[in-house]
Amino acid sequence: MKYLSEKRIFELEEIARQLRIESIKMIYKRQAGHPGGSLSAAEILSVLFFHKLRLKPENPHWEDRDRFLLSKGHASAILYAAMARRGFFPVDHLYHWGELDCHLQGHPDRVKTPGIEMSAGPLGHGLAIGAGLAMAARKSNRNYHTYVLLGDGEMQAGVVWEGANIAAKYHLANLTAILDYNDVQLDGPVHEIMPLEPIADRWKAFNWHVLEINGHNIRQIVEALDHAEEIHSKPTIIIARTTKGKGVSYMENDSRWHGAVPKPELYEQALKELQKEEV
Amino acid sequence: MTTMPQREAYGRALAEYGALNEKVVVLDADTSSSTLTNFFAAKFPDRFYNVGIAEPGMVDFGVGLSLGGYIPFVNAFAAFLALRAIEQVRTCIAYANTNVKLVGHYAGLSDYKDGPTHNCIVDVAVMRAIPNMTVIVPSDNNQIKNWIPVIAAHEGPLYFRMSRDVALPVHPESIQPQIGRAIQLREGSEVTLIANGTMLGRTLLAADQLEQAGIFARVLEIHTLKPLDVAAICAAASQTGAIVTVEEHSIIGGLGGAVAEALAENCPTPLVRVGVRDCFAYTALDAESLMDHMGLRVEDIVEAANIAIRKKYTGRDLV
Repeated sequence: MKYLSEKRIFELEEIARQLRIESIKMIYKRQAGHPGGSLSAAEILSVLFFHKLRLKPENPHWEDRDRFLLSKGHASAILYAAMARRGFFPVDHLYHWGELDCHLQGHPDRVKTPGIEMSAGPLGHGLAIGAGLAMAARKSNRNYHTYVLLGDGEMQAGVVWEGANIAAKYHLANLTAILDYNDVQLDGPVHEIMPLEPIADRWKAFNWHVLEINGHNIRQIVEALDHAEEIHSKPTIIIARTTKGKGVSYMENDSRWHGAVPKPELYEQALKELQKEEV
Repeated sequence: MTTMPQREAYGRALAEYGALNEKVVVLDADTSSSTLTNFFAAKFPDRFYNVGIAEPGMVDFGVGLSLGGYIPFVNAFAAFLALRAIEQVRTCIAYANTNVKLVGHYAGLSDYKDGPTHNCIVDVAVMRAIPNMTVIVPSDNNQIKNWIPVIAAHEGPLYFRMSRDVALPVHPESIQPQIGRAIQLREGSEVTLIANGTMLGRTLLAADQLEQAGIFARVLEIHTLKPLDVAAICAAASQTGAIVTVEEHSIIGGLGGAVAEALAENCPTPLVRVGVRDCFAYTALDAESLMDHMGLRVEDIVEAANIAIRKKYTGRDLV
């Protein structure tokens, strides 16, 4: 496992903070989007796009790139923010999101946006697709790794478990899933709508290697992703405990902010909180 | 090839083609001994994936393999591929424009033993309504064999629909089907019988009967439902003045639906549709008797031709 300096951790935390600010600005500008699940995934995307994934933004079709699938496609705001910052397209595109002639769709679209590996939106697809990509990597002797970011509400969809079966059957150790477990979905708390627990045991029973971390802790995210690469017999899922709406006090743990846009005053408050947050 | 069931022709041809194209991988959902993809599995075990009874997961797994550069042939009963997994098909294949070949088996009424739950009379309608999707219904075993390299070479989403059993042979071994290009099998001036799939053989028999009665029917095979060969349909409409469609599918949304749309918009012409008339079928002892019972007899086609011709000459009020 590579040594991770405090300075590097601070940099990744700072990027996460800026991705949160960008996401809120984008959603406010567009007057549409999903703030809660974007904010909960900020550290995860910061680590993936600015530390872990081997990418060449200038050549998005580079064959040996690591593959990242956002299965919880509604967190498109923060994905776009991360990709723009990483250089896949100009940052000013973020502020044309949703316009008819802008490539950035409500949910990610692989045909329209360079660097999007797979279109997403309807929940549940990413894991089985990721299994296919991981299998393709093995068959073609490529050593890219496939990462899938799942939402917790998605765990309620049967096709996720079909994908889990497939990945386990074929021992796809080059596939890592990350569960953004913020315990809030559109209609309310996940544990009320349709409980997931015991979620770690469920994944273990599906023959996955399971890690549990704090999904806002950069060091834990990095170490879990590194650890996953050391597991050679089975796929790994990192169950990342997160807070929906993390960083904006009134959005935290509140399902009303799954897909809502703040009014001007609350928007200013959100920016203020995110801008002064010391990490 | 001529007396084999369609699934066996497909299974053998796919296994044969596998040797020529190492990018082809084959997926099945616990039906490989029915779809006969087990021929491919036996020959190329490391290019075959049986995911169990999980058609949606199978479609998504196939999408991933296509994103990784392979050409997946994703096999299941049409009823489950086109219905249970349709959201996967819409989002991850059609919308995402991935290079996945969907192969729907046991379509139409051909799964007579298992009954209406396993029949599929709406798959063409469903697939045809989805943007980006190419939809092909092959007619006989020689054509099935020669379609395989064509669909593997076609870049993009594609649905290939077959029945379970033996279809009457209509094409020579040399048949080279082209996507979107209708095939005229018989010249005729009074009426055009447009058919596809297993009904093409019966339609040719109907044309024989009509000829014995002095009526010369043109026979046109529309194997590609999308993109539709509108030019061939309109040429037939203007040259013969009456159209009959014949398919092992609901008259809603399939070949009859597609031809009706093309005619109404481009060249209004009297039309009679032969197919399943908006009802579920039954369990039966064999496919032929079930097709007969559901209104797909040769005599039904002949009668439809006579009605279409009468409409041409006497106006639109006749049934």
